[in-house]
Amino acid sequence: MTDRLAKIGLYTVLVLGLLVVVGPFLWMALSSFKPEAEIRAVPPAWWPRDWSLANYAQLFDRLDFPRYFANSAIVAVLVTAGNLVFCSLLGYALAKLDFPGCKALFLTVMGMLMVPGMVLFVPQFVLVSNLGLANSYAGLVLPFVAGPFGVFLMRQFLQQVPDDLIEAARVDGAGEWRIFWRVVLPLCKPALATLGILTFLTSWNNFLWPLVVATTDDMYTLPVALALYSIGQNRIYYGLLLAGAVVVVLPVLIVFLALQRHFMRGIAMTGLK
Amino acid sequence: MTTTTQDVRLREPPPHERLRTPARRGSRALTGWSFAAPFVLIFGVFLLLPVAASLVMSFTDMRATDMRTPWAVEFAGLGNYTRLFGDDLLRRAALNTTVFVLVGVPLTMIAALAAANAVNSGLIRFRAAFRVGFYLPVVTSIVAIAVIWRFLLDPEAGLIDNLLGTIGVDGPNWLGDTRTSLASIIVMAAWRNFGTLMVIFLAGLQGIPQHLYEAATLDGAGRWAQFRHVTLPLLRPALLFGAVITGIGYLQLFEEPLVMTQGGPLQSTLSVSYHVYNQFGLGNYGYASAVSYVLFVAVVALSVLQFRLLGNRDD
Repeated sequence: MTDRLAKIGLYTVLVLGLLVVVGPFLWMALSSFKPEAEIRAVPPAWWPRDWSLANYAQLFDRLDFPRYFANSAIVAVLVTAGNLVFCSLLGYALAKLDFPGCKALFLTVMGMLMVPGMVLFVPQFVLVSNLGLANSYAGLVLPFVAGPFGVFLMRQFLQQVPDDLIEAARVDGAGEWRIFWRVVLPLCKPALATLGILTFLTSWNNFLWPLVVATTDDMYTLPVALALYSIGQNRIYYGLLLAGAVVVVLPVLIVFLALQRHFMRGIAMTGLK
Repeated sequence: MTTTTQDVRLREPPPHERLRTPARRGSRALTGWSFAAPFVLIFGVFLLLPVAASLVMSFTDMRATDMRTPWAVEFAGLGNYTRLFGDDLLRRAALNTTVFVLVGVPLTMIAALAAANAVNSGLIRFRAAFRVGFYLPVVTSIVAIAVIWRFLLDPEAGLIDNLLGTIGVDGPNWLGDTRTSLASIIVMAAWRNFGTLMVIFLAGLQGIPQHLYEAATLDGAGRWAQFRHVTLPLLRPALLFGAVITGIGYLQLFEEPLVMTQGGPLQSTLSVSYHVYNQFGLGNYGYASAVSYVLFVAVVALSVLQFRLLGNRDD
């Protein structure tokens, strides 16, 4: 009897919670198919009366959305590739190669995790501008390709790889780079998957840096474009924004649903081992 | 048994004791640093150098007009730091940020703890669906979240005020009223972030041995007593970690007010990071750097404080 009550209570809490968390997303998706007047209707209705793709058509007519989409994708792919390469190399060195200075290096990199974004923001902007990289892919990508988080994750993972495997390859006469490429990297696949997904997602959603560095329309990423058409505007076209928001969220949602166990493991792995 | 990140950091890399001859040592250094080099090069230029430059800038009167000649600026000594004390906007921003952290961190942790416990309960089905649902806001762009929430909170067409209207309550203009703007931002941030903590707490909960609950049941402990005396103490490392990362993140509050209120109305949602951003926008690079360094010190201080308060109570 108490089990039954507890069960009902739990389901009530969970379903209510789900409604509060996922409900707004459903409402966003449904409303993106409503004409502007219907979106602003009082009282608001959940289900669209006249289904319309007008808001999505506007994304292409009024804004250059394919371009923003491509920019977001290019930046996210480059940032992800960089982190996978650089962080796995350093993560391996820190976990398995006991070299002079490795401890100081590790502490320096981890210390960076504590540095607020705003400390970096101003000097990074001065640096990137003076290197002539403002409003370029290099300027959007380079400050993010060597992230301390990735080093932490890869080192954590690699510490669990038995030394014997590496030692055996060494005894067989394999060079250090060959060991890394043939023995270590194949073992790292789960960690690389997790790091890749988390990095791609962070980059896709990154907002402040591209907002400041991308100064012309052809370099905007999706969040920047969406923000510039919504923040501080007096006349808000909700229909356009909702359709834009759906386009921003959809790729992430698909990746997330397909690979959600990697997300969960990544969070759990870096949080608690 | 679970360990916190701190324990992990203290663990030594495995020593290759038999190889400690000078020649091997030199080649080890060469190998190690050649693996580290690509990361170190980019990290050094784009992260380490800016952190150092920021500190130097904070002692100069650098402005946007000095952008092309950053070496030619005047040193201002502690001028920027003494100016902090007379800055009313900064005082307001610090107060708002403190309120945000003090209310936001516990709120987020309680929501995450409730969700993790409910999802982890053996009584229910569809656990994966609930877990994925609660995590959804974490993976969503803040800009998209802002679009959704500004509409939810809209005083005329918004869902929340219309729902309140059906039970006869005249809902406020959430983001436009100084009495409710910061509270709205706090709730939105908790909504957005509790999914991360839920996953961390779930991992912690799954590490608690089942036999402890069985023993507690035999001793006649009810659900609440079990939660209080078994779950909470054993979840301490996860709770500590959650409090620290949420505290670090919330002290840097910036994106939510930027996309929702632009710091208004009447600076009621201005945060310290937002103040730095505004000073950057005004071209006061030196002063902006000084404010950001004060925030840095606050982040470190809060982390140390939380470790003191919540950690190592058993030792």
